[in-house]
Amino acid sequence: MQVAYFDSATSTPLHPAARDALLASIEDGWADPNRLYAQARRARQLLDAARGAIADVLGARAEELTFTPSGSWAVQTAVLGALAARRRAGQTLVHSAIEHSALLHAAQRHVHSGGSAVEVGVDRAGHIDRTAWQEAVSGPGVAVAALISASHEVGTVQPVEWAAGFGVPLLVDAAMTVGRLAVPDGWSYLSASARKWGGPAGVGVMVIRKGARWQSPWPSAETAPNLPAILAAAAALQAVQAEAEAESARQSALIDRIRRTVAATVPDVEIVGDPVDRLPHLVTFSCLYVDGEALLHALDRRGFAVSSGSSCTSSTLQPSHVLAAMGALTHGNIRLSLHRDTTDADVDRFLAELPGIVADIRAEVGVA
Amino acid sequence: MTTELNCLGQRCPLPVIALAKALPGLAVGDTIRVLADDPAAAADIPAWCRMRGQEYLGSPVPSAYDVRRVQ
Repeated sequence: MQVAYFDSATSTPLHPAARDALLASIEDGWADPNRLYAQARRARQLLDAARGAIADVLGARAEELTFTPSGSWAVQTAVLGALAARRRAGQTLVHSAIEHSALLHAAQRHVHSGGSAVEVGVDRAGHIDRTAWQEAVSGPGVAVAALISASHEVGTVQPVEWAAGFGVPLLVDAAMTVGRLAVPDGWSYLSASARKWGGPAGVGVMVIRKGARWQSPWPSAETAPNLPAILAAAAALQAVQAEAEAESARQSALIDRIRRTVAATVPDVEIVGDPVDRLPHLVTFSCLYVDGEALLHALDRRGFAVSSGSSCTSSTLQPSHVLAAMGALTHGNIRLSLHRDTTDADVDRFLAELPGIVADIRAEVGVA
Repeated sequence: MTTELNCLGQRCPLPVIALAKALPGLAVGDTIRVLADDPAAAADIPAWCRMRGQEYLGSPVPSAYDVRRVQ
């Protein structure tokens, strides 16, 4: 059976440039770059080149960039390190209600350790409440603020440059936008994840701007880098950056088509998130009376890989905190995220099969 | 008149489906209290009211959600 993979927001298929770089560097990039012999010098050279290439795309300096074992690790290390270094400025972390759970877990840790956190809500389309944000970051004792560049669950793009304009150092979780949209300005800390842009899993990126206060929250920060994966990540980012404009336009048109067609062909469906000010490759919708897990499995049987924010598909039995914060329907939810290998035919087949799949599930529970 | 719909122990979307099925039995202006302890009900019952044009009256106590039929 033909399989259409629509979950690039979790993990994007490896870009061909990343695959080539990965295979080449398995031969050439295995030594520890921190040692002093010839193989190590070669590894150091490769690592520095990768760091420089990724920093270029992010609009940062090479020395501001650190590789981490994942995007979650990067965002947690950035925020906990910033809070630790800015203790004297205050104990409060301000963050949006729709951050990635990695950031929310770090915020919980900060609160358990005696700090405080202020959560800023969003509107029905998923935009942060600007009045509440301004109020929160203007409060006493705010050390750091954190805002995701675009929601990983619904795609709404956030006003990062505006949010950074209140004198509080801002951490931007840019995992969803790096390699797809321009990197915003004004932030002090940035995190990203290579598997979201077509690099391999296991490579996160943390950028600490020169002059931004930060100290490692871990007892020891020095780990041997996964050099082949890092080189592949850099190759992928350079390649996707070169294709970004054309691919974003192509994928965004497909997302527009999905939004329009699903709304027209599936009754009682709620398409979530801003229709315009959004990620080019991602759409989320919820189908009333439909069990999200049943929908996900039915789609899987028909050869469609999607993810869901419904509680029945999560290990915690909690619905998506992003959907709940927006006041959106959380059950019957699926998210599609496209990538460079997604074809018009994949989308056509999905749009043709979805109405029948939803109708079948509704018929089973006696609602039409 | 207020009726009560016991959906304790049911996972979403079952409480919302039960609410939708119970609605035709209510007169316009009547309210119904849905008892549901699935965490998703807190989001999904208000969202259902918005999508179906009914009035969500709030959650007076944990795991209870009041809805008024307005059409």
